[in-house]
Amino acid sequence: MNLFFSLVVIAVLIALPWLLVGAAGLDYLFGVIVPYVALAVFVVGLIMRVLQWARLPVPFRTPTTCGQQKSLPWIKPSRLENPHSTLGVIGRMLLEVLFFRSLFRNTRSELRDSSRLTYFADKWLWAGGLAFHWAFLIVVARHFRFFLEPVPWCVSVMEGLDSFFQVGLPIIYLTDVIIIAALTYLFFRRIINPRLRYISLAADYFPLLLLLGIAVSGVWMRYFDKTDIVGIKELTMGLVTLSPVVPEGISALFFVHLFLVSALLIYFPFSKLVHAGGVFFSPTRNLANNNRVKRHINPWDYPVKVHTYEEYEDEFRDVMKAAEMPLEKE
Amino acid sequence: MAEDVKKPEELIQIDYGPPKRSWMDPTVKFERGSYNYAAVKDNQEYLSLPFPRKWQPYEDDWQLPDGWEEIIFKGFKERLEKYRSLRIFMDICVRCGACADKCHFFIGSGDPKNMPVLRAELLRSVYRNDFTTAGKVLGKFAGGRKLTVGVLKEWFYYFYQCTECRRCSVFCPYGIDTAEITMMARELMNLIGISIEWIGTPVANCFRTGNHLGIQPHGFKDSIDFAVDELEELTGVRVEAPINKKGAEILFVAPSADYFASPHYYTLLGYLQLFHEIGLDYTWSSYASEGGNFGLFHSAEMMKRLNSKIYMEAKRLGVKWIIGGECGHMWRVVHQYMDTLNGPADFLEEPVSPFTGTRFENTRATKMVHISEFTADLIHHNKLKLDPSRNDHWRVTYHDSCNPVRAMGLLEEPRYVINSVCNNFHEMPENTIREQTFCCGSGAGLGTDENFEMRMRGGLPRANAVQYVHDKHDVNILLCMCAIDKATLPPLLEYWVPGVEVGGVHEMVGNALIMKGQHDRPTDLRGTPYEQDGKEGDDNV
Repeated sequence: MNLFFSLVVIAVLIALPWLLVGAAGLDYLFGVIVPYVALAVFVVGLIMRVLQWARLPVPFRTPTTCGQQKSLPWIKPSRLENPHSTLGVIGRMLLEVLFFRSLFRNTRSELRDSSRLTYFADKWLWAGGLAFHWAFLIVVARHFRFFLEPVPWCVSVMEGLDSFFQVGLPIIYLTDVIIIAALTYLFFRRIINPRLRYISLAADYFPLLLLLGIAVSGVWMRYFDKTDIVGIKELTMGLVTLSPVVPEGISALFFVHLFLVSALLIYFPFSKLVHAGGVFFSPTRNLANNNRVKRHINPWDYPVKVHTYEEYEDEFRDVMKAAEMPLEKE
Repeated sequence: MAEDVKKPEELIQIDYGPPKRSWMDPTVKFERGSYNYAAVKDNQEYLSLPFPRKWQPYEDDWQLPDGWEEIIFKGFKERLEKYRSLRIFMDICVRCGACADKCHFFIGSGDPKNMPVLRAELLRSVYRNDFTTAGKVLGKFAGGRKLTVGVLKEWFYYFYQCTECRRCSVFCPYGIDTAEITMMARELMNLIGISIEWIGTPVANCFRTGNHLGIQPHGFKDSIDFAVDELEELTGVRVEAPINKKGAEILFVAPSADYFASPHYYTLLGYLQLFHEIGLDYTWSSYASEGGNFGLFHSAEMMKRLNSKIYMEAKRLGVKWIIGGECGHMWRVVHQYMDTLNGPADFLEEPVSPFTGTRFENTRATKMVHISEFTADLIHHNKLKLDPSRNDHWRVTYHDSCNPVRAMGLLEEPRYVINSVCNNFHEMPENTIREQTFCCGSGAGLGTDENFEMRMRGGLPRANAVQYVHDKHDVNILLCMCAIDKATLPPLLEYWVPGVEVGGVHEMVGNALIMKGQHDRPTDLRGTPYEQDGKEGDDNV
């Protein structure tokens, strides 16, 4: 049901530019207006989302500690898994964001012979996730070739590395293979594993399909369709320099690619994809475990009804006296 | 223990396959053994909590107050504005499933809604429906659910089937902490008078008498005096255990079970021996006679109301600093919340050990030191005369309690102490200890008799790891530093791994500690005689 819903939406998103650009000649709409709107929604939406998180209070300091605390001088603290300083927190966050440290811990539990629980290291999700995210980053960075003139040297160097194996014509980018493989894995894992299928919402299938659509259309253009790159660069540079033009002869496939990217940009700030920004705000990861060293202030703290010692003694004075316990008032 | 309990062989037939029906259709069956009774009306009234009434979860009609949906909506909105954690955790989950089999309740029950991701989705689905544009427009397609009585019953069932142990949070790529989500859900339910008896009663007791068990001051004194007498019989040494003594250097706060339950009691004997032997100038308090804080399992406000006593009492007695005993969730409160809630503790001094001169710099602001930090420091400086062979009849393993590990990082201190006082120490498998430790299955207020089956399920991964060292190394005692563990692990092990006892770290310290002026000490603290030929005597615990 959730999967079906996502498939239908993706099909519509592909069909719209495919049909309308060719038949109705709406290439200015799909080549210029939609991308501009999408970018605006993405930037404004994401900034608003981040500002909303940033202005929220953090009443308590509650890091999840995954290693030895800093206590006695002769006990070695775990500086990254249980950081007690800002530097440690930065290290922990870098490990988390760049290498998915927590996901790397992943295990799979199995109950064997209805008696023994066993735990196996399970790195597939970590590997698939990391492969996708890094490949996606590099693919996006490579696309700066289309938005900058002259093409900066770092983009060229990256392209060189990415086509290290020099296979195929045009030469195949490693990241193109990796991103499609990783997304395919992440998608099928949701369908094949019954537990994951059970928890998956449309909002889980849809972004994977959307990203797959983007990657496949891009690859198709580069390797099979051999789209008119000069025309495309004219269009993209036009977008960047705010003097948009839509040259003749750009294939409908390009408009499909661009429209899916626009859809991703619009979808991003309102979906789970904001985990990209949200992870930096996670209070269990981005705070130092220095709770007993430095007082943390709760900005909305308020006085509460307490039971004072005086009230306590008033209630129990007789029995305390009989038990010869010290009293404030005889 | 209830009588109609399933047998272990039966209980371990666990079906991990998800059901056909979508999780979005709420279905809860309140079957005996897997839920907790409702909070008692009188206690709710005593604590001035809203909508006190007589009701039970298994009844169809929960007598919800008029407009309860609106009350929860407002409460939810308020908390989304007060807690960044809640908003972030509602927004960024990608349902990757890494947390699924990290929860002891899922491993022990196979119920998909015990996967942390779905437990959170119970709340998140309502969040999407009420607070996000996509949810408002697309409803179910965007994963939104309207808050209905059915959903509320699910909340009650599953948020009181989470022990706030934070194990899932260790594995989550974004650190989403189900404990935080459970705490928020429980706060929301409190707003319409829904809570459980095993939280409401201890909280009301603690507010009134200073401890969860409701022990009045003279009863408290009796217990401590009794322990002093018994210790004299066991060791020949008469120790002092001052109560409410003004001007003592240190206030000592332990969980109340230590002086009223077994096997906690042997840990109490260990403390008393230790403090006497080093000549610590300290006092107990009858007013602050509880280190634990079931308010943590109720609401931030209740946690603050109960926790306030420790600093108020430290101030009244004029002590310099505080030592806290062996307890799990107590240390979550002391370490992560106390100073924020009831500080600053500027009337106390930065803790310095009077015997070793060690400055406990890690407690500079809160001024409260964990007993194992204190003891490890003493042992490291050779201040104690120890004979670990007096624990040779024990083959020990150590259970890391959830909170001191995942909300503090207390890993090496207890291990150093254990290794100094025991000769036979064997760790459980690595995926079940330290930051990956498994909960006892009964924390966060769930340790009741009526919830027995679910506790046995939740405790299965812990018990299974104990089984492993029991089979492999003949381990016969599971040490821990948590009062809830000491109360709930014995029935758990009796159920899954008969033949393994439960004890505290300072019980082992007490056994090994050589005291000045002691007599022959023919038994350990449990009264078990030492035998010359190495065989263990009759177990007359």
